[in-house]
Amino acid sequence: MVWKISDETAYDTLGEEVRLTINGVPIRAPQDQSLLVTARQNGFEIPTLCYHRDLPSEGHCRLCVVEIGEYPRTQIVNSCTYPTQAGLVVQTHSETVLQARRLVLELLLARTPKAKLIQEMAAAHGVYESRFKTDDPEELCILCGLCVRTCREVVGVSAISMKGRTPDKQVATPFMEKSPACIGCGSCAFVCPTNVIPYTEKDGVRTIWGRDFELQACNVCGNYIAPKYQLEHWAKLTGDPVETFFVCRDCR
Amino acid sequence: MPRFESIDHLREYRRQLIAKRDPNQPQVLVCAGPGCLPMGSEDVAAAFREELEKNGLAAKVVLKECGCHGLCAGAVRVLLRPQEITYQHVKAEDVPEIVEKTLKDGQVVDRLVYEDPHTQEKAAHKKDIPFFKGQMPIVLRKLDVIDPTSLDDYLALGGYRGLRKALLEMKADDIIDAIDKSGLRGRGGGGFPTGRKWRICQEVEDEPKFIICNGDEGDPGAFMDRAVMEGDPHAVIEGMIIGAFAIGASKGYIYVRHEYPLAVSRLQMAIDQCRESGFLGKNILRSGFDFDIKISRGAGAFVCGEETSLIHSMEGFIGEPSPRPPYPAQSGLFGKPTVINNVETWANVPEIINLGADWYADIGTEKSKGTKVFSLVGAVNQTGLVEVPMGTTLRQIVYDLGGGIRQDREFKAVQTGGPSGGCIPPQFLDLPVDYDSLQSVGSIMGSGGMIVMDTSSCMVDVARYFINFLYQESCGKCTPCREGLKQILFILDEIIHGRGQEEHLGLMEELCAVMSAASICGLGKSAVNPIRSTMKYFREEYLSHIRDKKCHALVCRPLLKYTVDPETCTGCLACVRECPVGAISGKKKMAQEIDQELCIKCGLCYEACQFEAIKIE
Ligand SMILES: Cc1cc2nc3c(=O)[nH]c(=O)nc-3n(C[C@H](O)[C@H](O)[C@H](O)COP(=O)(O)O)c2cc1C
Ligand code: SF4
Ligand code: SF4
Ligand code: SF4
Ligand code: FES
Ligand code: FES
Repeated sequence: MVWKISDETAYDTLGEEVRLTINGVPIRAPQDQSLLVTARQNGFEIPTLCYHRDLPSEGHCRLCVVEIGEYPRTQIVNSCTYPTQAGLVVQTHSETVLQARRLVLELLLARTPKAKLIQEMAAAHGVYESRFKTDDPEELCILCGLCVRTCREVVGVSAISMKGRTPDKQVATPFMEKSPACIGCGSCAFVCPTNVIPYTEKDGVRTIWGRDFELQACNVCGNYIAPKYQLEHWAKLTGDPVETFFVCRDCR
Repeated sequence: MPRFESIDHLREYRRQLIAKRDPNQPQVLVCAGPGCLPMGSEDVAAAFREELEKNGLAAKVVLKECGCHGLCAGAVRVLLRPQEITYQHVKAEDVPEIVEKTLKDGQVVDRLVYEDPHTQEKAAHKKDIPFFKGQMPIVLRKLDVIDPTSLDDYLALGGYRGLRKALLEMKADDIIDAIDKSGLRGRGGGGFPTGRKWRICQEVEDEPKFIICNGDEGDPGAFMDRAVMEGDPHAVIEGMIIGAFAIGASKGYIYVRHEYPLAVSRLQMAIDQCRESGFLGKNILRSGFDFDIKISRGAGAFVCGEETSLIHSMEGFIGEPSPRPPYPAQSGLFGKPTVINNVETWANVPEIINLGADWYADIGTEKSKGTKVFSLVGAVNQTGLVEVPMGTTLRQIVYDLGGGIRQDREFKAVQTGGPSGGCIPPQFLDLPVDYDSLQSVGSIMGSGGMIVMDTSSCMVDVARYFINFLYQESCGKCTPCREGLKQILFILDEIIHGRGQEEHLGLMEELCAVMSAASICGLGKSAVNPIRSTMKYFREEYLSHIRDKKCHALVCRPLLKYTVDPETCTGCLACVRECPVGAISGKKKMAQEIDQELCIKCGLCYEACQFEAIKIE
């Protein structure tokens, strides 16, 4: 068995190398790297909805579940947060795992019947319609939390968060008002797997989370770069004068 | 309070304290526990104070307001020592008579004593009352005799002896060995071996380490932890100091449910006393060990009792669980190794260290040692807090301690373990209660809730009640729990409204399988218990709702049929006036009739009829 390092490993703290088996195949991988990454590096595909390599995993969707342990003492865990450990016996496609994934997708299909990604993933697992009740046929958010994590971890402003508990859980701005912290960067909308975050650009104005942001045009080519507000945020972060950012990447 | 400069100093102080106290001095112990306080404990205590003063007894008789006396159904309770006479339903008006008769004359006030619900036989002394007879109080032992605000009271009963022994005679490893050997398992839900948890944390090479006492107690109706925090706060604190010393923690937190202000003030008072007398702070009892405790107020949601969620909420984040591993013992509060144990678990620790692991391991069953506190509520005659050795049967708890079912109805089920416990049917009444036996019949120990149900309960309705609670409280982070609970609740509503189909049962079983396997935390994983257990043991009830559209317990309103019995109806028209949709018609003084199409099953006619002519089926 060749031990491959893909660039993905760089995002996990590398531990010492340990042996484990995945689907009966002996594998060597760095300890504490997530099972998901270990499996993928070794060519075992595991579906995910809330995993992103640049973000800390939080285990929302439960699509990435795998079965660990040996019969009859096995256990279902989510591979995106479960650490690679010496001697682990992992099944990525056991009947229990597949059944769990199918049901998770069937539940999500009932939640967001019009979400393309969910329809496709469900179909790939043999689920074409849901036996469960749909509350709101227009719902698109699967509550994967990618937007919230992106805004917090990558953009660094925490302008949005998960609000409420199960009955009315949703992604929202503080107090459901225009978030003063939002810099209008659009990263949340970009990362959203079901494209639910409303985001428009018209006449040099970007609207997101109910707030209008005036866009800055490039001093050279005149194309819009980003909201002025976002460039000011960058300027504050870097300590450079804001004008430094008035030239787009292509013209620099 | 002196500051104890050494262990000898503490021993000498205790010796003098005990020597000063006369065991035969009359004591009036008024229960001011969670059940009695709202029924007027303060008035009763004030009345005693006044009456003792009036009779010149104030100096002779000790008056205390204590924690829960156990049999809360008799609120307000008063215990008189040294005779151990216990009075119930005491009001301020009764106090002069108690002082006159019992305190002055040694006679019993008959009308205030316990009465057997079946034989009507009276019993005045604690030892003669079946509710107390079957119990083995360890955690609750001091609740009805000490003043929770008095460190002296705690010391006089052997308090901080466990700590003394731990610091003086034991090494950290010995303490963990002792807890391990005692067989103590977590009393907050999962039943994880406490010694093993401490060892894992002790062995992690990282500093600082923390310990947390989980006093969130979110199960509706449960009050074991509250009773202990309010009634014997020093026991919790002593347990925590011992634990901290064993694992090498420098700081401890008590996370208290925000609805428990009295627990907070009692604990705070106890912490202040400990700092003053050298049980907390720098160089505890001159042992070189530093440790302090802070109180943290709960965020209010049920799920905040889950350990990872609790830690997030203490850190100032949203109280949502996160996947384990890492376990808190490896990486907990602020990413540091953290031992989190339940209130009752901590309160067991001082006695185990003091009396020895073997003593504790002798109590209970093979894999569940010691005692467990249950809050016994529901359809039993005697509700309250009970503490029994592990392995006591459900029958003993329900019939001997609980005095059987109210109004001599028939026992139907007992739900153990809080909202996500299973409903256990009559055929398991002789089950010896411990972690594993409860699990084997589809329920859990949980933190010790015990709700007894009689035949007037509909099990579909019961399941719906708990699922609805869990649905409201689920944090919604993970798909199986969030969406699964929503769909199960929807299905149960369909069944209750007569729209159920037999396929629904299979669908719920599928949902249970994915929820129990793939949810992040214990809420979603154990939320299946009320559904699975009722579907398994009370399947015919589901089927009668689905096939026959009938609720035999007459609970599910939409399935009821209201009719007028023409023989008994006098035609008084009382029902006609009450019916909000005008579904009842007929001539005056003649039998009435209900139009089934129009009837909305509100039941108002049933309540209005004085002649019991409205029939329900
Ligand atoms: C939804 C949920 C709620 C919980 N609530 C409590 C609680 O109120 N009190 C408690 O001690 N443990 C509670 N637990 C259990 C804790 O997660 C944890 O296991 C416990 O505090 C550990 O202490 P122990 O080992 O002494 O039982 C809860 C668990 C779950 C899943
Ligand atoms: S657009 Fe606003 S909410 Fe979205 S990631 Fe950027 S700052 Fe956060
Ligand atoms: S808005 Fe999009 S990214 Fe955010 S939680 Fe919903 S589906 Fe996920
Ligand atoms: S199981 Fe339920 S309560 Fe626990 S994390 Fe998932 S959604 Fe939240
Ligand atoms: S990808 Fe692991 S839980 Fe969503
Ligand atoms: S609160 Fe008084 S007996 Fe329980």
